[in-house]
Amino acid sequence: MFDVIIIGAGIIGCATAYQLSQFKLKVLLLDKENDVSLGASCANTAIIHGGYDPDPATLMGKYNVKGAKRCIELVDALDIKFKKSGTLIIALAENDLKTLDKYYNRGLLNGVEGMAMLDGEEARKREPNLSEAVIGALWVPESGVINPWEFTIAMAEVAVREGVKLELNQKVVDIEKNTDHYLVKTETNQFRTKYVVNAAGVYSDKIHNMVAEPAFTIKPTRGQYFLLDRSAGETIKTIIFPCATEFTKGILVSPTIHDNILVGPDAEVISDPEDTSTTGEALAFIAKQARKSVPCLDFRNNIRNYSGIRANSDYNDFFIKISTPKFLDLAAIKSPGLTCAPIIAEEGIKLLAEEGLELNKKANWDGTRKIIRFKEIPKAERADFIEKNPEYGRIICRCEHITEGEIIAAIRRGLPIFSLDAVKRRAGSGLGRCQGGFCGPRVQEIIARETGISPLDILLNKTGSYILVDRTKNTEK
Amino acid sequence: MQIIKEYQLIIIGGGPAGLAAALSAAQNGLSDILIVERDKYLGGILNQCIHNGFGLHYFKEELTGPEYSKRFIDLLSETNVEVALDTMALNLENSEEWRYLHVMSSFEGYRILRSKAVILAMGCRERTRMNIQIPGTRAAGIFNAGQAQLYVNLEGYMVGKKVIILGSGDVGLIMARRMTLEGAEVVACVEVMPYPGGLNRNIVQCLQDFNIPLYLSHTITDIKGRNRVEQVTVQEVDQNGKPIAGTEKYYNVDTILLSVGLIPENELSREAGVPLDPRTSGPIVYENKETLAQGIFACGNVLHVHDLVDFVTEEAESAGQAAACFVQSGGCVKQDSKIISLKTDSNIGYTVPQQIRIDDVEKAVRVFFRVRKIFREPSRIVFRDQLKSEIASFKRPFMFPAEMENVNLPRQLLENISGTELTISVEE
Repeated sequence: MFDVIIIGAGIIGCATAYQLSQFKLKVLLLDKENDVSLGASCANTAIIHGGYDPDPATLMGKYNVKGAKRCIELVDALDIKFKKSGTLIIALAENDLKTLDKYYNRGLLNGVEGMAMLDGEEARKREPNLSEAVIGALWVPESGVINPWEFTIAMAEVAVREGVKLELNQKVVDIEKNTDHYLVKTETNQFRTKYVVNAAGVYSDKIHNMVAEPAFTIKPTRGQYFLLDRSAGETIKTIIFPCATEFTKGILVSPTIHDNILVGPDAEVISDPEDTSTTGEALAFIAKQARKSVPCLDFRNNIRNYSGIRANSDYNDFFIKISTPKFLDLAAIKSPGLTCAPIIAEEGIKLLAEEGLELNKKANWDGTRKIIRFKEIPKAERADFIEKNPEYGRIICRCEHITEGEIIAAIRRGLPIFSLDAVKRRAGSGLGRCQGGFCGPRVQEIIARETGISPLDILLNKTGSYILVDRTKNTEK
Repeated sequence: MQIIKEYQLIIIGGGPAGLAAALSAAQNGLSDILIVERDKYLGGILNQCIHNGFGLHYFKEELTGPEYSKRFIDLLSETNVEVALDTMALNLENSEEWRYLHVMSSFEGYRILRSKAVILAMGCRERTRMNIQIPGTRAAGIFNAGQAQLYVNLEGYMVGKKVIILGSGDVGLIMARRMTLEGAEVVACVEVMPYPGGLNRNIVQCLQDFNIPLYLSHTITDIKGRNRVEQVTVQEVDQNGKPIAGTEKYYNVDTILLSVGLIPENELSREAGVPLDPRTSGPIVYENKETLAQGIFACGNVLHVHDLVDFVTEEAESAGQAAACFVQSGGCVKQDSKIISLKTDSNIGYTVPQQIRIDDVEKAVRVFFRVRKIFREPSRIVFRDQLKSEIASFKRPFMFPAEMENVNLPRQLLENISGTELTISVEE
């Protein structure tokens, strides 16, 4: 019997697992996919938001500034990447200036520090590639870009190291409510637990409805993106948001943690929450909108298009409640969910405690993680370092200069690895301009060697995404 | 930081360009030469090109890729050229007297080398699906043709059973045949341009001989399949490359191979401050393959994408010779020479070299270029100076974008032109 089962290993589920791992509890983290962080946590705008946008009356407004601060504390503890780039919300028309005022005032109510109103010229001084049409901007310094899947994976890795059990490929199909426990049924298994945390993202309404009266409906909303090559990385250094209008929330242009430029997303409510395909029309729309803010964007520098599905809903806030005894919903988490994730987890755990969950701290819990990134080792120290750790002397990913040592370390850090993308999310191999064209086969070789999985069974990403079909000249069949 | 070792010449890349450049530099009298190769073997991409057709120009016989590179590797073993395999060049810095190269390997660690001259011979990489922005899912089963070639020819794995090829570049055509011979079904080759991207001999030998249809002015407009490719949509495109509604064809395939162009790998050059030509994506070079950054030379696919390795070899030999000359004379090029810039009209994609220092031209300079459309009728390649006077002209019975052209410009003609620009154009 588990004390707590968390359904969904996205950023919310992993943040909850991470924080629960400091207590003497038996915790199980379930996900339907073959890795953590495969839903919205993997494909989003990757921003720690300033907090000028959400309504101060909502949890989103209340958690944002606190969440951003907590995220930045976790950046150090978990050894993940964050870049405090600041945000410029730009006005392209007179109407937008009123919107900026609204944001400014909301920001004040939400406790946002350091905001400043700029005129067009001051904005262009900060970002010379901004459009000449920009007539004003709101500067929000306390914001930046993060690597959302690295954040999620790091919390999962620490949680698992500190005793949380992780079961992948476990899609929850039913939850049975019994007098003293829940029975969580997956397609292939069933688990007993005293408490359940619903962190199922776009499926959080379905999980909720397994044990409680319907209270909200998720409206999966697809957003598509361009990722431009690092050679375009100098174009802008700040997150650039236009003002939202009634038709669009606004296409942002943002630096990324890897010095690329990210452009997107649009917002399209879709029926299939797994449909992460991209479309020509949406991408053309995004490119056109983005050029209104930054006219010189060159989309020939595109190295990847992707889309993410956000868990928007008909409930105009995060849905954080005990919906039935000992069943906690951390549901309907949309933007700024990434920024608020640590607070959502903390507040959720408080609610569990009110439900009777005993929180006794472990004596020697370690909430930190340390990883080696070759690129960050000063040139003067590299010779000594490689002499002691020769596997860090072999570059596997040529574009991003990721070494064999980093890939091996990522595979050995405790979570099971089934795919090239799992290694990409951990070590950064294949993220660059050739998109794994050169290093894919080499990474496959290393996974096979480290895990014993046959190269034929190593996947590109999710279950079913096989890369190879057979040996050549296989006449046995 | 400590300089570990010093050379006369370092060549970055041990593919066909690097091999020929090293040999040529050695034959021209250099004794301290290093080749830095990131793979575990010399030979570069030729190692996976197990088909024949290499060497027809250079050796006057037909060789496979590995056979072609082996000829150079064997010759190299008779020289004292040093080779650092499994070693990555991370950083190139340029100064007046020395070029500094940061290299790394698991067995020799992190080292800083310096050299009088450097030859860039890093080759190219394939454009990806994302570079050309094909919408649809991001399923497995989408490979660059060269990546599939590596899996099939070097690793011994099949990447799919039912295949469509996008792009008619040579690697794609070769892989159409290869996949067919290995038992896969290749349903079509689709090319967005109105003409093929690869050599005619490959269209015949790799598609026609296997009854694989080639659809020109067509492209893939959608990819379906959540985890592995299941279906692609192919559409005809109009003159502007835009898909025409109503022309959709659907193919149920599990694999897409892309052969949609090659990009010279110039990240190292860019960081070293070597000026690049946006038309070639390679360095701007003078008549002797020296880049605008002194002491740094370039040859092979890092300079411009070739269709025949034989020309890579010739280009690399001249770069090797020039680098040797540079080292021996402490910079052999007449600094005060008149420089002529080569310009192109809209029919010509680019030229290599882009600039000519007249005093450095012995008898003639060979100019390589590509046309941007098909010329089926006889036409003239014309060089004009700034007064529009015709300086030279060359006849061609036909020209194709897929086939690199070259002409020899005699020094005599160059000496007498007005101004400092020569424009090359095609006149029908």
